[in-house]
Parts: sequence; C-alpha cells; structure tokens
Amino acid sequence: MKKDIYLDNSATTKPYDKVIESISYINKNVYGNPSSLHAKGLEAEKYIKEARSSISKSLAVDSKEIYFTSGGTEANNLAITGFLEANPRNGKKIITTKIEHPSVLEVYKHLIKKGYIVDFIDVDDKGIINLESLKKAINDDTALISIIYINNEIGTIQPITDIVKIKNSINREAVIHMDAVQAYGKIKIAPRKLGVDLMSISSHKIHGPKGVGALYIRKDLKVNSVLIGGGQEFNMRSGTENVSGISGFGLAADMTCNKLEENCLRCVKIKEYFKNRLKEEFHEDALIVSPKDSSPYILNVSFSNIRSEVLLHYLEIERIFVSTGSACSSKKNTHSHVLQALGMMPERIDGAIRFSFSVFNSIEEIDVVINTLKEILPKINIKRGGKR
Amino acid sequence: MKKVILVRYGEILLKGLNRPSFERKLIENIRRSIKPLGSVKISKSQARIYVEPQVEDYDFDEAIDLLTKVFGIVSVSPVWKIETDYEVIKEKSVIMLKDLLNRKDYKTFKVEAKRGDKSFPMNSPQICKELGGHILETFPELSVDVKKPEFIIYVEVREFTYIYSEIIPAVCGMPIGTNGKAALLLSGGIDSPVAGWMIAKRGVEIEAVHFYSYPYTSERAKEKVIDLAKILAKYCNKINLHIVPFTDVQLEINEKCPQDDLTIIMRRVMMTITERIAEKVGALALVTGESVGQVASQTIHSLYVTNSVVKMPVFRPLIGMDKNEVIEIARKIGTFETSILPYEDCCTVFVAKHPNTRPKIEKILLSEQEANLEELIDKALENTEVIVIENK
Repeated sequence: MKKDIYLDNSATTKPYDKVIESISYINKNVYGNPSSLHAKGLEAEKYIKEARSSISKSLAVDSKEIYFTSGGTEANNLAITGFLEANPRNGKKIITTKIEHPSVLEVYKHLIKKGYIVDFIDVDDKGIINLESLKKAINDDTALISIIYINNEIGTIQPITDIVKIKNSINREAVIHMDAVQAYGKIKIAPRKLGVDLMSISSHKIHGPKGVGALYIRKDLKVNSVLIGGGQEFNMRSGTENVSGISGFGLAADMTCNKLEENCLRCVKIKEYFKNRLKEEFHEDALIVSPKDSSPYILNVSFSNIRSEVLLHYLEIERIFVSTGSACSSKKNTHSHVLQALGMMPERIDGAIRFSFSVFNSIEEIDVVINTLKEILPKINIKRGGKR
Repeated sequence: MKKVILVRYGEILLKGLNRPSFERKLIENIRRSIKPLGSVKISKSQARIYVEPQVEDYDFDEAIDLLTKVFGIVSVSPVWKIETDYEVIKEKSVIMLKDLLNRKDYKTFKVEAKRGDKSFPMNSPQICKELGGHILETFPELSVDVKKPEFIIYVEVREFTYIYSEIIPAVCGMPIGTNGKAALLLSGGIDSPVAGWMIAKRGVEIEAVHFYSYPYTSERAKEKVIDLAKILAKYCNKINLHIVPFTDVQLEINEKCPQDDLTIIMRRVMMTITERIAEKVGALALVTGESVGQVASQTIHSLYVTNSVVKMPVFRPLIGMDKNEVIEIARKIGTFETSILPYEDCCTVFVAKHPNTRPKIEKILLSEQEANLEELIDKALENTEVIVIENK
C-alpha cells in the first residue's frame, strides 16, 4: 500500500507521537478530577497548570489570560457572545470580514437577529481587508471587530497592526477579536503587543489532540461565560477539564513553538517548490490563488477545466489528501464563501484545491503529487472529447 | 393472565387455495422481524395470528413497532389472554383500564363483546351491559358513549378470552416473498427508495442496483445508498445491493456522444445493466422511481426511449405522483432524512446543461452507436460488488 501524503493540514494535523504517548499516559494514570480535593485531583490540576503556562509563554501573555475551551469554534463563540453579553453598553455595532470562519460568521448572522448591526467588510482579490471601508465603518457605537488573522482557505495574512492602528485612531474602546486558529504555531504572535484583546487558538491544527482550544482574554476585559456550571477555568468555562487533551495541547504548543522558525522555513521551501513545479508543468492551467506573502502553510490552486471534487477523489486513490473550494453538487451552491469574496469566477472556484502543509511534509512528496497530477488532470478535463 | 400480541391480516384472506402458503410466509416474516426481542410462540386461529412471548420482560412496544412494518399485517393489538370466566374478565378489564388511563386521558368508552364460545352463559349484549356497568362503578370519571367513544374495550370470548382496547394500524400489503422478485434502480435520492418500498409492499423481494461513479462522486454517496438499503431492509428482511462501477461507461458516453443526449443514453445503459442483473438473480421486473415529467429524463418521450431498451416490465409506482406526495411517504417510511444528505450520486460533470426533453428513438440509437458500450457494460457487470443487507 502507498504511503499517505497528507496535504490537508489546515483541516487538521497528525498529532505528534510524543503527544499521543503523553495523552495515553495521562488517561491511564492521571485520571483524577482537577476539582477533587485529594492528591489525585491535585496531580491532574498540575498538568493543566503546566499546559496553561506553556501556551501563555508562547504568546507572551500572563497565564491568567488563557482559558481552555473545547476548540477554536467554542473559543470564537465565547469571545463574541461572552464579550457582548458582558458589555451591553459598549455599542450595538460589530465589524468583521467576508472571509471569516463559519464559527464567527454564523455567530454574527445569529446576532443580527438579536438586534446587532454587523458590517461585513469586503476583501480584495488577494483576500486582504479593505482598510478604507474599515475606516468608514468604525464609529463610536462599534463594540467589537473580529478579524481572521490567517484565512483557512487561501492563507491570506491580514495586516493586523494597521487594523489596530485605524481602530485606535477612531474608537479606542472598541475591542479586537482575532481568530488565530490557522496562525498559532505557524507564525509568531504576541496579542498584547499587537493590541488584540481576544484571540482564539486550537490544538489540533498544531499536532495536538482534537477537542481542545483556548481563548486569550486581555486582563481586565469583561467576558461572560457561555457554559454555566461548576465554575472551572476561573468561572469562564464550566465543565470538568479535558486533562489529557489540555496537557497534550500544551505539549504540542511547546514542541511547535520551539521550532517555529525552522518549521516555517521548511514549509516556505515546500510551498515555493510546489508553486514553481506547478507553473513549470501546467502553466496557466494552474492558477495560484493564494497571494504572495500568504501563510507558508497554505497553497490554494485553481486548475482549469476540472471539478475539484473529482480531482480530490482521484488523488485519494493515490493516498494523497487535499481539500476543495466547492463540492460537486448539482443542487445547491456549494462554492466557498471565501473564494466568492475574492471575486473569483465560478469556473475557477469549481477547480480550486487547497494544499496545506506541515512539518511532516517533504519536497519528495511534492514530486509525487506533481507526477500524479500530470496523470490525472488530462483524464478529468471536462473539455475532453464530447460533441458540444 | 398473559399479555400477547394479536395480529390481523387482510388481503390474503381473500386468497383461495393459496391462502395457507401466504399465511405461512407471513408467520415466517413475523418470526424473523421480532426474533431479536426473544423467543415467542406464534399461533394461528380463525384468521388471526397470536404472538405469545416466552420470555420475561418482553419489549411489547418495540415488538409492536416492528410488526407494524411487516408487509401483510393490517393491524396489531396488545391483548390480555385470560381464562374464560366472567369474574376473571371483570377483574382483568379493570387492571388493563388502569394501565390505559395512566397513559391516555380518555373520558368516554364502550364495550364490544364477541362470543365465539357459545357455551359461555352470557351472550354478547349481556357481557357489554354487565362489564360496562362494572367499569362505570370502578371509574366514576368515565361515561359511556356508544356512538363516538374515545376508546373501546373489546372482549372476545373463545376457549380463552381476549381483552384489549388498542388497535394499531400497520402497513398492510402482502407478505414479502409471496410475489417473486424485482430489481430496483436505487439512487441516493428521495424517489427510488419509496418506489422500492411500494413494490416490496406487494410482497415482492427487492434486488437493489446502484450505479457508482467513484471517483467522480465520493465514497459517502455509496455509504448513503447502503444506509437507504438498510432502512428498506427493515421492511423487506433482506436486500441484495448491487454496486455497479459506472465511471468508465459515463466517461465513454461523455466523450463520444452528443452532450444533450448524455442523460438519456446513460439511463438506457442503467436499464440494460439492471435487466442483466435481474436475469442473473431471477427477478422478473425492473422498478424505478420515475414520475412523469419530473425531470428531463422522465418526460414521456424520454421514458419511451429508456423503456424501449429492455424487455422486462418496468414498474414505476410513483409515475402519477407529485414530489410532495412522494416526500410524505419517504418521511413515513423513514428514508427522507437519509435521502436529503448532500452527497450526490452523479457528478455534475455528467449532467448536460440542456438535456433533450423530447428525444427520438432513431436519433438516440445513432448517438449511442458512437460509444463503444458493449464491452464496458460487460466489464461493469463483472466488477459489480454485491452487498447483502439484512435486517438486524
């Protein structure tokens, strides 16, 4: 059987072996409830403390500013609804972009029904937020601005420093929430220095376990809890802590952030090599969607005259795993909202494939992918044959 | 006092000399359907079937739910089987009523008695009157309404006496296995599972045939069809699902034949392959979920062209139905939620933008000759995977 070539690392990553070992050790031995008064509980609590310290160090923030959640989605939900609920007098206006993750977009669509006014700011063809529109949108009534730092589909990195600057020049009180799920562990982030007030991160995108994430909440910022119960996580997130998961997250964060630059460089090389080979082999039939200076971990490519889902399935036969920007559906519009926001033509979106990398990938794998693409693409070209 | 399930059947009573074989099949199907719930004794008497559990704590609710899905059954009732003795009847009726009134907020009732055992000292009107009176005394909140009662207490006096008040309608139809076999073209949509169910309801065993276009569709599309077949198997006991690899045929048609005729030629090949499978497994008809005019391939012209490629009769039980009527049945039989999952059974690559709604057979035959289909059809049949889906 062929070796897997996993190029869907923006969806999820393969956990580090060490993380898996540690999780299994904890589940076997450190099964106490951190809230229990006895030694077994204390032992478990220590693992959480350690993880909190790992995460906070990696972000250069205080460990009291990190709250563990069940993942990126919960962190985004908690940041938005928790903040707005705790600060009802800060205004009714919210600003975000058209290329957010559903765990932000859908929350805002829901809040519109509850009387909030939400501005979805346009992006240009590179996926970068229109700063002029942003400037116009912010006013005294703006309570919250949500920005996805690195977009999950095309890898665009938003100019967060400029965004914060613009915000501060108009309304210092407005709070900035940053979805950093695709950025954490990939590029260096210091939310305090950036002037970000709330920031969501996730474990399984950095080779940690699924079901764990965290929210950074700037000290002194009031946020209400969404899950109410036993008062865990300093009353911010009730529910018995996922001890092994949180600890695995901490370990994955340590392992990733210690080698951040080295990993980043590796992926830059892979991505550049991949781009060059695509140009060499397919010329304009492989349109690079990801802009220059986008995340080294994400490469979105639109192939001419193919349906991306068909390509995906052909690639999976060869044990190559990728994502698409649309599904092969005749019934409804399954085109990605992100690619639509870039102004891409529908035919281009139909052919869009996302390759996303991790430290486990290699140049040799890219050679295999290129060779496989050379075989498959002509076979599935929709312009092939047929009297039309 | 024993709780049993009374099963009534209808249409097969009208059968003449064949009736015993229909009854045997029905009993066999009943036995298979409720087998997982524990051992039962099944007996037949005076055109009724009695199911007597032989285990403690029998799950009657589940058994009744399963039995209402067995084709051939008209209705079922949970019944108390008691000694034929008026004192016992009185006492047990009260126990049964207490249980019923705990669950339902009924106010009016009547008693209906049938005396099969003529040696019993009271006649039917007497039983009604005496028992009704006793119930009124015991449950002062109840009153009698002989015209429109909210519930009826049935008392049947035979060798044993049976009392009950609930009659739960079942699916009707004919016992599976009494009307031969048909091959169903099963897609992942709403219609074809309903069509299969309707034919199975008439006692016909179903061989399901699915055309699978991987990698032009996802493996989830196949999983979805397996799930649909599993739901159908709840009614049919067992379904053989034939998964026909169809990609090469579609690619050939797509490449060689005129765009606008794609769908119609594809449908013709599907019918051809299904008929070949039917011949192999001993099925004598094909079943499709087509409804006249619903889509381009289902106009009367298209149906004529697709039909003319096969010799076997093609059953289209939904032919005169509207979509919402089909959906109603799909909901009732439990296939709807699975059918509307988003995984497509046919990639849009193979869907013509402007399909021909008035194809002419002469022209289609010519178009079809452009493609080299014979060999590909043989290959598809050769590589067909059969999944046996049993109701568990």
